Amino acid sequence: MDISALTARFGLLAVGLAAFVVVMLALYGIAELASRRNRSRLVASVFLFPALLFLGVGLVYPAVRTFVMSFFNGDGTQFIAFDNYAWVFSDDDALQTLINTALWIVIVPALSTALGLVYAVLIDGRRGERVYKALVFLPMGISFVGASIIWKFVYQYKASGDQLGLLNQLLVWFGLDPVNWLNNFPTNNFLLMVVLVWIEVGFATVVLSAALKGVPTEIIEAARIDGANPSQIFWNVTVPSIRSAIVVVAVTVFIATLKLFDIVRAMTGGHHGTDVLAHNMWDQAFRLGNDGRGATMAVLLFALVIPVVIYQVRNIRRQELEAR
Amino acid sequence: MSVKTEPGPETDPRPSIGESRGDRLRRMFSSRVASAFAVAIAVLWTIPTAGLFISSLRPEDDIRTSGWWTVFTDPNFTLDTYNYVLYSTSAGGGLIRNLVNTVVITIPGVIIPVVFAAMAAYALSWIDFKGRNTLYIAIFALQVVPIQMALIPLLSFFSKGLAIGDFTLVPAWQLEGVNTIVQVWIAHSIFGLPLAIFLLHNFMRELPGDVMEAARIDGASHSQIFRKVVLPLVTPALASIGIFQFLWVWNDFLVGRTFGGGEATRPLTAVLGDMAGTWGFGWTRLPAAAFIAIIVPLLVFLLLQRYFVRGLLAGSVKG
Repeated sequence: MDISALTARFGLLAVGLAAFVVVMLALYGIAELASRRNRSRLVASVFLFPALLFLGVGLVYPAVRTFVMSFFNGDGTQFIAFDNYAWVFSDDDALQTLINTALWIVIVPALSTALGLVYAVLIDGRRGERVYKALVFLPMGISFVGASIIWKFVYQYKASGDQLGLLNQLLVWFGLDPVNWLNNFPTNNFLLMVVLVWIEVGFATVVLSAALKGVPTEIIEAARIDGANPSQIFWNVTVPSIRSAIVVVAVTVFIATLKLFDIVRAMTGGHHGTDVLAHNMWDQAFRLGNDGRGATMAVLLFALVIPVVIYQVRNIRRQELEAR
Repeated sequence: MSVKTEPGPETDPRPSIGESRGDRLRRMFSSRVASAFAVAIAVLWTIPTAGLFISSLRPEDDIRTSGWWTVFTDPNFTLDTYNYVLYSTSAGGGLIRNLVNTVVITIPGVIIPVVFAAMAAYALSWIDFKGRNTLYIAIFALQVVPIQMALIPLLSFFSKGLAIGDFTLVPAWQLEGVNTIVQVWIAHSIFGLPLAIFLLHNFMRELPGDVMEAARIDGASHSQIFRKVVLPLVTPALASIGIFQFLWVWNDFLVGRTFGGGEATRPLTAVLGDMAGTWGFGWTRLPAAAFIAIIVPLLVFLLLQRYFVRGLLAGSVKG
């Protein structure tokens, strides 16, 4: 590897950062001039300009464009109305993709939140709580690709001889035959979900554990004195007290699951009946070169988050009214 | 904090009133089960990563013929694979180039959105102008829009420019070779903005209004207040958001793969994702290659966990 290839990259970095500093100085100068004249509307627009430019050109306009593209054919030259949508709901592979996505967005948030909650309750106040928490939280720092590689080795299969994957080796130790996990439909879908659950449980644990610390001990003491057993306390006192945190965790994991691309790409490439919406979108548009179908998949993805957007906006409106 | 929601029976000094021996046994038993469950999860969450780390240090021939757990009976370690994947000029090597790409992508990919978001969040929380709330809610809603909605048009924006009919608004960028990385900077900045603005707005709105008022009375302009009052006060929040964005950019596959151009200019994670997907003849080198990509964010994560958790809680538990 020669060093000159690397210096070119760092040169680009230096130029990029310098350009950024120049832009910032210019903006700062304009803002300074405007605020001296006390024109707060102009000051606000200078402060908002870079963010709004980026969001407008890079997110809002493209989203509208994608919506339009979903009514056009593969290379965007011909208007085909709802043909792409008809394809999604009639093609076998596309239907399988939808079914898989439905399974993912139900199972992963439910399982991650439930496991995170149980784990947070179990380790709460236990000796070494921080260590317990850190061990489960650690996968949050690992990329989805890294996690996929880690688990691909766990699921690894060899037709004969010593097994290399831990899961198959366990089967062999128990006297069973090894299984080619990732090619084995429909089990492979659940094994892929395991990877995302493995990552998200740490998130759930940390958020819910913080919420648990906020539950007043008096309430729990009172319930105990009234003769409630631990499972009654859990269901009737603990869970209702941290309800909003549970909802937030479930919604956050739901969105992450919906947008999931990396794990499917790195583990099966969407083959063997494991495709999901966000991955199929990429596959259609960038591997198979069909922009229309890719855009359609993206629009469906967006349609699935609309309820969340409405819920969140209503939440924040309410918060702002309360703050007044 | 020492708040305990459920003190275990052995730590509870008070004898429970009316508890029979059966009840006590049952409680002891369930506490044992609980311990076992907690330990099982902790172990299950650690072993796969440990396995990959051990594999990355084994000779390739060993990886091909036996599982990583055999090192406990037959230890055999080498750093050759790390050497190969980073520096070899043969197939599957030379990843140092992509590691440098990752670094070159990550630094502006964190700085640009955080700075822009701080400016926007200040305007949205402390400058009075008409339509402020509507604008904030719109940006807040953008947080949830899947970036898949933007990929195809944004890529075409870089390759073909932007035109209304025949009128060219922005010409094609025509970025080639190393310069393709500029696309990745811009894409990451765009996609990082909504969350960063939301979190920073949350922090900035909590700042005491009388401090701002005092500064205004002393004749400070908005840009001075922003630089001298607000930024120092929200430094911890900037750190949290910076760590978020760092982890997201460093660990990203989708954006790097879509906007990163050819293999030579893609970030490490994007190259790894493809290597894992195809599982070609070089799969024995994957553990070492993956660990190079994993170790940096993992260290950052471990060392700065406090800031990360603070940001996480500010973003999710509020409301």
